Amino acid sequence: MSGAFRKNMKWALIYLFLIIASLISVFPLYWAFVSAFNNTQQILGGSMIPHGDLLTNIHNLMDQAAVLTAFKNSTVNTLLVLVLSLTVCSIAGYGFEIYHDKWKDRVMGILMLSMMVPFVAILVPMFQMFSGMGLMNKAMGFVLPSISTPFLIMLFRSNARAFPKEIIEAARIDGLNEVQIFVRMFIPTMRPTYAAAATITFMNTWNAYLWPRVIMKSNEAITMPMLVSNLMGGYVIDYGVVMAGVTICTLPTVIIFFFLQKSFTEAIAGSVK
Amino acid sequence: MTNNANARPRRQLTLQKKQNLTGWIFLLPATILIIWMSFYPMVRAFIVSLQRGKPTALQFSEPLWRNYERMLQDKVFVQSLVNTFTYLIIQVPIMLVLALIFASLLNMKDLKFKGVFRTCIFLPCATALVSYSIIFRTMFSYDGMVNAVLVSMHILKEPINWLNDPIGAKAVIIIALIWRWTGYNMVFYLSSMQSIDYSIYEAARIDGAGAWTQLTKITMPLLKPIILVTAIMSTNGTLQLYDESVNLTNGGPANMSITMSHYIYNTTFVTSPNFGYAAAMSFVILLFVAVLSGIQMKVGDKR
Repeated sequence: MSGAFRKNMKWALIYLFLIIASLISVFPLYWAFVSAFNNTQQILGGSMIPHGDLLTNIHNLMDQAAVLTAFKNSTVNTLLVLVLSLTVCSIAGYGFEIYHDKWKDRVMGILMLSMMVPFVAILVPMFQMFSGMGLMNKAMGFVLPSISTPFLIMLFRSNARAFPKEIIEAARIDGLNEVQIFVRMFIPTMRPTYAAAATITFMNTWNAYLWPRVIMKSNEAITMPMLVSNLMGGYVIDYGVVMAGVTICTLPTVIIFFFLQKSFTEAIAGSVK
Repeated sequence: MTNNANARPRRQLTLQKKQNLTGWIFLLPATILIIWMSFYPMVRAFIVSLQRGKPTALQFSEPLWRNYERMLQDKVFVQSLVNTFTYLIIQVPIMLVLALIFASLLNMKDLKFKGVFRTCIFLPCATALVSYSIIFRTMFSYDGMVNAVLVSMHILKEPINWLNDPIGAKAVIIIALIWRWTGYNMVFYLSSMQSIDYSIYEAARIDGAGAWTQLTKITMPLLKPIILVTAIMSTNGTLQLYDESVNLTNGGPANMSITMSHYIYNTTFVTSPNFGYAAAMSFVILLFVAVLSGIQMKVGDKR
């Protein structure tokens, strides 16, 4: 066998492997979206092309479940978490890095430990606390545990390291106070970090399931993932309706994924620099 | 004159103090929230784990560790422990190795369509856990697509009842997990690989090192810290599996695929709520997370 032939074979195998992996990765989502256009029979039979049942499925979905309420709730909750979480965590990350000393580093170390606390481990007391505070079925109840996360604080802290100290000194000489420096200097230069933080926060919050299931008990407070999960509860499952629900629930995150993929990758990889 | 010279250092000191104080104020909201929403509930969880009775009338149990004793005799708890560790031991290594292979292939200099491949393999991360669980449940249902395709291709003689089989149900969860998280881990590896100087690989190739040697002798040692991080994160995540157990198999058949978190949720909220026992079980998860992360860090340090 000639060397050139072997080299071509090697590349052919690599491309084949990657193409198969890519197809497997894309297929379930593609199939779910296609299935939103199909009826139960076509879906179970494994039809891979869209037929004409999308409007029927959406109509039936609206009849069966409060899609508009759930979509509105998910949107409101997610936006609230985005604003509060980015504010609180970016200020903290900035504070830890720019004003850092021995004691603040220690506090940071202790906060990082909370990443080890699995959410189920505090499920019972969280439920007791939140029902005691009257936050059941309230957007604030959904939002509160997700505002301050060690992950985002770390992301902002490690990116603040690259923020030039001379700018801060110069701004102080110009008479800006510390809050003004943060708002006018730090936020505009850190736009990519904010985009990355926003992307990952959006994904996590939109997709949250366990906590909303604990705290959003009433039908008015239901979120999209809960609604989709409930669709599988009936005795006779209309898979066309289910897949229409899955598609509506997944579309926002998939759209964000395609437009902000770079930010998303930066957020994932950037926190462990 | 003397007054002025004294005044300056004092003013600077107060300025520095003021900045230091500003720093503390900046990190105060985040710190309070984490203490309030994470550490404080943990202490409370431990106290509740020593109690029994109805959620409205909890009392300290006699002996105090009674809830912990009960776990050992609870067949469902033991089953959920076995299931969770089965997922952990099979899924995490396969996923991390696959992620490493994809990352090394996508890091090759001469590869074309890198962006397309990366986007495709990374795409599953954009799917909600509930959504993909339901998609996989539909695909693998008895009269579903996977069976239909496999039978029509004559790979199977008759359809497999995936989700009603103890092994089949676990297998589907593992397949689904690998599908969802491989791309996520690949992104970590890829971004670290990009910081490795390419000339190292060229030098190795001149010395006659093949792809496998390059992977195990160059890439993996240099990526050790990040491999450790992903291993800890995946372990942590697998021990907390919930959405998949609920939405893909509903723990079935007969609790053969239920995860610890799913069982804790059921003990807390479904049928007759038992907060004390649920809190005790959740403390065991906390312990596992701490111990396993500790072991992984130790092992990672030595190599």
